[in-house]
Amino acid sequence: MEGIKLIRDDGLRIDGRKPDELRPLKIEANVLHRADGSAYVEWGQNKVLAAVYGPRETHPRYAQRMDRGNVQCRYNMAPFSVVDRRRPGPDRRSIEISKVTAEAFERAVLTEKFPRATVDIYIEVLEANAGTRCAGITAASVALADAGVPMRDLVAACAAGKVDGQVVVDIGKDEDNFGQADLPMAIMPRTGEILLLQMDGHLTAEELEKAMDMAMDACKRIGTVQREALTKRYSVKSNGTGPDGGGNDG
Amino acid sequence: MGYDRGRGRKRQDWFGGDGRSGNFSGPKDREEGGDRREGQGQRDRRDRRYDRGPRDHRGDDRGRQPDRGRPAVEQTRELVLPGDLLAHGKSVAGPGTYTENSVVYAAQLGVRTFQEGKVSVLPLGGKYMPIEGDEVVGKIQDVNPNYWLVDINAPYPAPLHVDECPWEVPLGQTARYLAQGDIVIVKVQRVDVVKRSKLTMKEGRGLRKLAGGMVMEVSPSKVPRVIGKGGSMISMIKDRTGCTMLVGQNGRVWIDGDPAMMVVAAEAISMIDRNAQQSGLTDMVEAFLEGRARRDR
Repeated sequence: MEGIKLIRDDGLRIDGRKPDELRPLKIEANVLHRADGSAYVEWGQNKVLAAVYGPRETHPRYAQRMDRGNVQCRYNMAPFSVVDRRRPGPDRRSIEISKVTAEAFERAVLTEKFPRATVDIYIEVLEANAGTRCAGITAASVALADAGVPMRDLVAACAAGKVDGQVVVDIGKDEDNFGQADLPMAIMPRTGEILLLQMDGHLTAEELEKAMDMAMDACKRIGTVQREALTKRYSVKSNGTGPDGGGNDG
Repeated sequence: MGYDRGRGRKRQDWFGGDGRSGNFSGPKDREEGGDRREGQGQRDRRDRRYDRGPRDHRGDDRGRQPDRGRPAVEQTRELVLPGDLLAHGKSVAGPGTYTENSVVYAAQLGVRTFQEGKVSVLPLGGKYMPIEGDEVVGKIQDVNPNYWLVDINAPYPAPLHVDECPWEVPLGQTARYLAQGDIVIVKVQRVDVVKRSKLTMKEGRGLRKLAGGMVMEVSPSKVPRVIGKGGSMISMIKDRTGCTMLVGQNGRVWIDGDPAMMVVAAEAISMIDRNAQQSGLTDMVEAFLEGRARRDR
């Protein structure tokens, strides 16, 4: 639009990906000793760390619910995560992301199994390059499973969007800045239930439909990467000659 | 929703060396539903317990395990993740699972097990959730005129009322008996639907204040590994180190003895915590203790 060509003449995107291609994704489970559960995600140039604590007693007391537990989330971007230093502390954007992330996980976590208690999720964005809320949710989900928190399913998240009039998946930084729409989505892969759906920009009804289908498909692929990460960390070695289980101690 | 935490173990006294020179009491009463009184003079509350799944799968697991190198068992230990399909039909849902439209799914990361016609998930991690009858190592968190608040490593602290302690405590004199920071071995007397628990120091043997020693923590799901089949693991560590040890179901281990040997025992325990899923664990720990003993000589 503004003179930037996001779709090249050969039909590939500005970074050489196909419309339905994801950026390289790497997930590692259980990376922190002090947290009850943790995960590290590298997704394209995003680097995100998630830590989970709990369930632990809910404070303040008035927030305790007798029939179920709470899920709290703090999404935070490091000052050095973006090109121009970001002022530390919560801002309007990160408060919103914290809220929608907590609400997404509230549905996935079996909160009725820990009444009066809270599960805390901390998402730290170390390096940002578009799609950090999806990377954060993806990491937090692995961290929750790692912490042994009971939940219905893992949660996978991915964005779709529209660039140069074409619907593509996993929007990159340039596509986010100069594209026409960004549609982050979080689902539970087993049922396809949508836990988070936001939209920035404009899409027609048909485009929205298509973008959601593509995001759904991408989320399912992300779900398999999450499972692989957890399986890799926790699979039983066939006999006792292997190295330590991964150094879970402090 | 048929979810239940992966715990439904036998109430048995795993606290062998309770200061009385290694009189380990192994599993005595293994019958289902058999009430085990042993001087506690109280009705067995097991039947009233909230939220129980197939009973005692842990205890049974412990009992059935061949001692070492168990390839046959190993193959059936399949890792499951939240949302994994386990079985069809509500009735087969055990602990660590949930049911949706009569299909059973895993609710937690853990190992799939079959027990008494039910499928359940033995969690690999997670917080301790109190269950009635559990004997736990607690730390006095707060002192009140007629009760103590005890941190039992669960999401919520639990009260120990003066009526439930073995002493005659005058009102307001609680701090003279147990002060903040003291370590106790107590029993979970009651857990209600909102997971509020009450503790007792009266029902059961060996419940007392633990003077001296040190406390370390392991993942609560690994407590059966720390104890070993019929208490084999813990008694081996006790024999080799000469330490007195108590393992609480909440994952806290109390160790007392010669300071140097306490360190060795603690290292052995953390070794079990790290390698809990591996076979040949007893051999591994034995070799470690052997090596340390040789080095110290």
